Amino acid sequence: MFPVLLFYIFSLAIIASALMVIFSKQPINSVLFLIFSFINAAGIFLLAGAEFLALIMVIVYVGAVAVLFLFVIMMLDFNPDTIKKEVGKHLYVGLFIGFILFLEIILMMYSPELFSYEYQIVGNTVKTSLTNTEILGNLIYTEYFLQFQISGFILLVAMIGAIVLTLRHRDYVRRQIVSDQVARDPKLSIELVDIKLKIRK
Amino acid sequence: MGSLLNDSLVIAPELFLIVSAIILLMLGSFKVKNSAKIVLYLSTITLFFVSFLELIMPWDISIIFNESLIENSFSRFTKSIIFMSSAFVIILSSRWLIRYDEKAFEYPILILFSSLGMALMVSANDLITLYLAIELQSLPLYVLASFRRDNINSGEAGIKYFVLGALSSSLFLFGASLVYGFTGSVEFFEISKVTSYSEVSAGLVVGIVFILSGLIFKISGVPFHMWTPDVYEGSATPVTAFFATAPKMAAMCMLVNILYGPFADSFYSWQQIIIFVSIASMALGSFAAIKQTNIKRLLAYSSIAHMGFTLIALALPLSPSNIQALLIYMLIYLMANLGVFSCIMSLEKSEGESVKDISDLSGISKKYPFIAFSLSIFMFSFAGIPPLAGFFGKYLIFRSAIENGLFLLAIFGLLISVIGAYYYINIVKVVYFDESNSSITKSSSKGLSITNIACTIFIIFFIIIYTLSPIAELARLAGISIN
Repeated sequence: MFPVLLFYIFSLAIIASALMVIFSKQPINSVLFLIFSFINAAGIFLLAGAEFLALIMVIVYVGAVAVLFLFVIMMLDFNPDTIKKEVGKHLYVGLFIGFILFLEIILMMYSPELFSYEYQIVGNTVKTSLTNTEILGNLIYTEYFLQFQISGFILLVAMIGAIVLTLRHRDYVRRQIVSDQVARDPKLSIELVDIKLKIRK
Repeated sequence: MGSLLNDSLVIAPELFLIVSAIILLMLGSFKVKNSAKIVLYLSTITLFFVSFLELIMPWDISIIFNESLIENSFSRFTKSIIFMSSAFVIILSSRWLIRYDEKAFEYPILILFSSLGMALMVSANDLITLYLAIELQSLPLYVLASFRRDNINSGEAGIKYFVLGALSSSLFLFGASLVYGFTGSVEFFEISKVTSYSEVSAGLVVGIVFILSGLIFKISGVPFHMWTPDVYEGSATPVTAFFATAPKMAAMCMLVNILYGPFADSFYSWQQIIIFVSIASMALGSFAAIKQTNIKRLLAYSSIAHMGFTLIALALPLSPSNIQALLIYMLIYLMANLGVFSCIMSLEKSEGESVKDISDLSGISKKYPFIAFSLSIFMFSFAGIPPLAGFFGKYLIFRSAIENGLFLLAIFGLLISVIGAYYYINIVKVVYFDESNSSITKSSSKGLSITNIACTIFIIFFIIIYTLSPIAELARLAGISIN
């Protein structure tokens, strides 16, 4: 009973926040609602027993994609009024594509042969006490060891690339040099000066 | 399944490359004085050594890392060529790089990582490894394309290449997911098992088409060639030299691997695609090059046309002699391209400004007879004039096509190469018979001259080298190992 209740709460929250993404006036609110709907989707994954997917959902979509959106919105100067005008131009195309998608979903629901044995995904179900994360970890570090290492090199190359394209050595930029800071000495950096005071009578 | 140690010994050259790339990266970032120069020299030596290592490693088939990599004579031979041409590119770029930025030690390291990606591409044996290898190969290329970050054209080239490359990756991934859905595996052996005992389903064909679209982008075959001229023009000339050589070889070998490996039994469903791409690339490459005035754009269209010629060998049923023809053609293409780029880079318009237009080359024969001579040798070779290497490459390819009964394709290729000869020989005419352009000066270095002389000797005396050296035998062995 309780999981079912949770499921309805999560799905209602997803639908409501997805609607708010479209209808809220400020783009920044839209992004925040988008994040909210992602987190609820992660909750539904948790209910389905896919805890790894739920975590990835939070890390990738909330941590990376939504934050990217936030940055884009903060960097660019959006005017809600002009966006409204633009939306009016593309409304019919959007409605048309949405209608086709909706039709496809309805057709899929009402086609009995899709759910027949012929089209079922054939796979082995393995009974195990391990969690998804543990199983994935076991696979990644043994069977897909090579692929895991190659991914690491891709990330290294991405890092080198980012540095090559953005780091500039300019003379006037003052950088933090940690060793210099640590080696700082009160004797060298503090100078005691006698000031002759003239006291007016 | 072998142990980790055994598997690692089989890919010892790649491991050596990885370790030295990381050591050089450390060296570059911590040693400030002359770091770029030292990294340049050491990475060249590393690549030549790895190339040599590939040749002396055992050439028998070994399947390693849970069937995700395969090493055989084909992969050994092609990897050796790839590493060698990358090393030549670093030699070519050294002078330019030191003049551009003395601290830019990342340039050779990016080339090292890209070569590593190419090596993995050639020996990948499942779709996941293949995809990761393609990304590892192309990510450094995007960075290299926009390496001159203060230059607007270079930035444009980088962005264009990156966006279109991402598109091609997504096409490849979509195709791979369809293939996985309809065969139940990402491993090449499993896929070929499934396709051999059941008839080819429509979904699988769609998957193959998408995978091919992603891969043909990498060799700039015709429907996916649009990025090539812009990226070639915008990037720095040494970077263009890299784009035109090693990645093309790697992508072509990967096509051979994937088409004659997992999809060998669906030959009749992809043969037409390859024939179409081949004809379209030859035609577009040759016709569009006629009107070009920029020399790098001309070379871009010429590389598109050459990929078309190479694809003729791929449109044939598998036989060792076809693969041999393909490999020899690619080897000649690489050497001629390296030579042409070394010629272009030894000339400059004014201090630090490289030669851009074909008209800049007018009359250089009077001032610099050797550069003019070698440039015309490479152009005659591209055009396929008999005693030079390019003729034998084309001869081998057309002979394979005729032996397999594809007369129309061979005749079409012959006619198109006549059109190609026009603009290649036009450059020779500009170099020898046009009014001299006095502002061109020479900016040669030792590396440039050595590369130029080596390529010229290879192109002129190709028939002697081919008969005396073991290249033909090695290529034949490589062809046999594909099955």
